Amino acid sequence: MTDRELKEFAQNVRAAMPPIQRAELGRDLWPAFLQKTAAPRVRISWFDWALVALAAAALISFPGVIPALLYHL
Amino acid sequence: MDLLERFAAGDLDAFESLFREHQCAVYRWIVRIVRDPAAAEDLTVETFWRAYKAHARFRADGNFEAWLRRIGTNVALDHLRTTRSYIELSDDFPAAPSSDSAVQKETRVAVQRAFASLPPRLRVVAQLGLIEEESYRAIAEALGISETATKLRMFRAVRILRKKLTQAGVTL
Repeated sequence: MTDRELKEFAQNVRAAMPPIQRAELGRDLWPAFLQKTAAPRVRISWFDWALVALAAAALISFPGVIPALLYHL
Repeated sequence: MDLLERFAAGDLDAFESLFREHQCAVYRWIVRIVRDPAAAEDLTVETFWRAYKAHARFRADGNFEAWLRRIGTNVALDHLRTTRSYIELSDDFPAAPSSDSAVQKETRVAVQRAFASLPPRLRVVAQLGLIEEESYRAIAEALGISETATKLRMFRAVRILRKKLTQAGVTL
């Protein structure tokens, strides 16, 4: 495709899907940012970590169960 | 210590000044990629959130605006990866008037669908280059790739767009 063909194609695309000319932000986003920073993080309890460790240990000790687990997932 | 140095050191007040100074530019850039004003606001906040978390990696002598634009482009790309549908701009959202009033609605829908079907990394290039008329250099900088790679993506995007449009019975 030549540059000229590309320009022509772009022109036709713009006719069907016009560019955004004036995209003005309607409000100050700083309060939204502060809200985001204040949002509580997802915390994982020690019990959940213990369960994960237990599951990992079980899989390492009995690797034969992995295909069976995958089959049932 | 200037504003950027204070930001790099993690000063929230300095960041607030930078936020207020650059939020409109970041929003304008993102909305041109996602073409969804509501999503663009959320993505602008996300961009600044990522920038704030990465303050230690920012070099105070660097170009803050270009750095933000690159983060914003990545945030917008992530958004496109999760939402493949195309958002039709509402009438109250200012867009340039179509230069050809005879453009059929069918053509418009076909073009929008063709863009929505593009892989996000090609869609960003096609949208900014073909529709918003950004230079290859500006797009390359925002994506953190070379101009050659940008041109390659553009040609691949156009090839896919043409194919999709032909399938839809539209010739541009």
